[in-house]
Amino acid sequence: MHMIDPILATYNLKKSFGALTATDDVSIALFPGEIHAIIGPNGAGKSTLISQICGGIQPDSGRVELLGHNITQTNVSMRARAGIGRTFQVSALAMEDTVLQNVLLGALGGSGTPWHFFRPALKDWRLRDKAMTALIHVGLQAHAATRASELSHGQRRQLEVAVTLTLEPKVFVMDEPMAGLGAEGSKNLTELLDNLREKAPILLVEHDMDAVFKLADRISVLVYGHIIATGTVDEIRSSKVVREAYLGDGV
Amino acid sequence: MSIILIIEQVLNGLQFGVMLFLMAAGLTLIFGVMGLINLAHGSLYMIGAFAAAVIAGLTGSFILAIIAAMAAAAIVGALVEMVVIRKLYGSDHLDQVLATFALILIFSEGTRWAFGSFPLFLDIPNYLSGPVTLPGGIKYPLYRLILIGVGLFVAAGLGILISKTRIGIQIRAGENDREMIAALGVDISKLYTIIFALGAALAGLAGALVGAIQSVQVGMGEPVLILAFVVIVIGGIGSIKGALIGALLVGLTDTLGGIFLPELLKLFMDTSTAQTSGSALASMAIYILMGVVLIWRPTGLFGARA
Amino acid sequence: MIRESYLNALVLFLLLAVPVWATIIDEPFTITLATRAVIFALAAVGLNIALGLGGLVSLGHAVFFGIGGYAMGILAHHAQTYTPVMSLPFLIEGTKSMPVIWLVAMASSGLAAFAIGTLSLRTTGVYFIMITLAFGQMFYFFTISWPTYGGEDGLSVYVRNEFPGLNTLVPIHFFAICFIILCLVLLLNALIAKSPFGLALNAARQMPKRVQAVGLNPNRLKLLAFVISGVIAGLAGALFADLNRFVSPTMFSWQMSGEIMVFVILGGVGRLCGPVVGAVVFVMLEHFLGGLSEYWHVYLGALLLIVVLFARGGLVGLIVGRVDAHD
Repeated sequence: MHMIDPILATYNLKKSFGALTATDDVSIALFPGEIHAIIGPNGAGKSTLISQICGGIQPDSGRVELLGHNITQTNVSMRARAGIGRTFQVSALAMEDTVLQNVLLGALGGSGTPWHFFRPALKDWRLRDKAMTALIHVGLQAHAATRASELSHGQRRQLEVAVTLTLEPKVFVMDEPMAGLGAEGSKNLTELLDNLREKAPILLVEHDMDAVFKLADRISVLVYGHIIATGTVDEIRSSKVVREAYLGDGV
Repeated sequence: MSIILIIEQVLNGLQFGVMLFLMAAGLTLIFGVMGLINLAHGSLYMIGAFAAAVIAGLTGSFILAIIAAMAAAAIVGALVEMVVIRKLYGSDHLDQVLATFALILIFSEGTRWAFGSFPLFLDIPNYLSGPVTLPGGIKYPLYRLILIGVGLFVAAGLGILISKTRIGIQIRAGENDREMIAALGVDISKLYTIIFALGAALAGLAGALVGAIQSVQVGMGEPVLILAFVVIVIGGIGSIKGALIGALLVGLTDTLGGIFLPELLKLFMDTSTAQTSGSALASMAIYILMGVVLIWRPTGLFGARA
Repeated sequence: MIRESYLNALVLFLLLAVPVWATIIDEPFTITLATRAVIFALAAVGLNIALGLGGLVSLGHAVFFGIGGYAMGILAHHAQTYTPVMSLPFLIEGTKSMPVIWLVAMASSGLAAFAIGTLSLRTTGVYFIMITLAFGQMFYFFTISWPTYGGEDGLSVYVRNEFPGLNTLVPIHFFAICFIILCLVLLLNALIAKSPFGLALNAARQMPKRVQAVGLNPNRLKLLAFVISGVIAGLAGALFADLNRFVSPTMFSWQMSGEIMVFVILGGVGRLCGPVVGAVVFVMLEHFLGGLSEYWHVYLGALLLIVVLFARGGLVGLIVGRVDAHD
């Protein structure tokens, strides 16, 4: 189908917890410029899959490749350095710190070395430029000096994206970015993500079907740890298997 | 080295271990259910020992002294829980450490003020003193055998309490989900007070029992407390079974290390050097054990996996 | 409410002014008290780097304080008895030179902090507290049972060690040494807090998984903070031993660890001068309350309870309010 190589791919990932098979032979690929959404009912194993892609959980078998390199054996921070930029389902920010400090942390991680002890981080213009560029990109530049704890829920999601942007990732992996957002916030974030795919492809785990249908180039449906279908929005909408297994009730 | 000496030392290690268990059981329950790190648990041990010494002095009855020790520690424990500890359940561990450190200062100095700095003595009653002859002709102090028996009895009792009784079910529920037991209509603050008092009573019992073979003095509780921490780290927080196995491991390692390490070193060096380095090494043995367990299993032998 | 930086300046000024004034009116005991406060403050500033920036609740900092103390005790002991520290495989002599002693104290406490930190950081939360406390106890019992350097009785050093160009036997000279070191370490602390390392460490305390997700290793950041913290506590230990001209296993005791933590919390966790305020208040309480009652620890305990239950943020927090969100 695709003549080009995927940026990120999993091959036959398997993971069980005791008798429960959380990930069952999952092979998915993310190609340049696309948003590939993963949908599925609660308990389908989406979080476990994300963790295996980002390095938090080791699969029992199978492998994860980034730009053709096998990264299955590496840990979370190594994968982040290799180019996986993730956002969390529940905002994982340094809440006592300012927006700018949070983004600087990303820039610092992206720059590779935090081992500077004497020059103030806020006066490192190279880091600061990178951080401000990311804030402007998500529209939070006016809040640079606000504490993360004082941001609205939607702004925190934007900040998550900004932190990830500073890493200049090869791929984005986003775990339910729309969770908990109202209609307005959801619309803003959808717009933001829509433009983001030019920077790097996005693997998007999401419950909000409106957003998924609006954004996704391709969709994979995960049920009981197994991918039952992968295809374009229209293919998925019209798939009988999918309707029975998932969309049939609730959407 | 004779087989008799080895058996004696193993029994000493068991006796030390079960007394550590009495301390560790309360600590691990309190942490497991309430999420509280209680440095003042050693003070309850001390209070038990002082109460026993006072009552034994007044009445001459060892049994009454032991009952008084448990009662005094339980009452003080319940009071402390209601006045101070209750405010700390939601706090971070740093606040808990500081507040319970403050309680140690208050209890220790208060006791010193009331009883002075000189140790009190609590005597083993005649009917419990003297050696008994074990199978194989080993003579061993009756009182220490009784300590081992009491410790194992308490361990069994706690096991039954946790697994079979109503309050045990509530305790286990509390470890898993605080909101759930509130939803079940259990009076949480009462449950917490009871658990705290139970842990305190066990510490008081240990203080009184050990006080009869050592001296009863201010500051006696903290070294035992820290060893009980080592026990919990080894056994895994929240696990009674872990506390028992950890306590026996620590008791045996400490006792046997003190005897065998110098002997072992004598194979390589002259007697006096071996004696000094052996006993210095032995003083570190349980911490080395703790380090090894940590490398192997960071959450202890029976702790929940992170 | 006044700004924290003014408060810091005022605290340091008073801490300097009191012993200078005591020198003028010839009250050497007051200078000794001030020196004691400065040295405690130094140890507490060390702990505050691990605790305030890194969130590492270490109840075992007496280990590093004690190692610093014994580095001084052992080197000076050999110098005053004209015996080598060791002769094989190569000769190491004792010394009475403070700078050399400090280097040894800092290097050995740093090594110990690296080893203890590596092990303890495998765990978090309450395990970390218990383990650091246990390691402290290990060193305590080891020094008691190791007779070469005095065992339980400790080691006395008859004459205070030497510093080039100063007469360390003059109380204000020794005070000046300690005070300058404290100021330098506070400066270091302030720089670290704002540096990229400080930023990352601060984030690692609040949200380690975020730090991982940007490609950094939170535990490595925390380990370095723990080592820096231990090195400073070790230096404080060497100075404390020189102040008393005596070291004993009590420097390793759990009470010592508890007291260092009390200084930090009484003053204010994570505040630059929190540990200084805490140590000064502690030494004052010890002096004045200790003069009133033999049982002054009861009052100290009550005060601590009040601070924990009602004045979170410590004394500095009470005076200047919560930390500003600075640009």
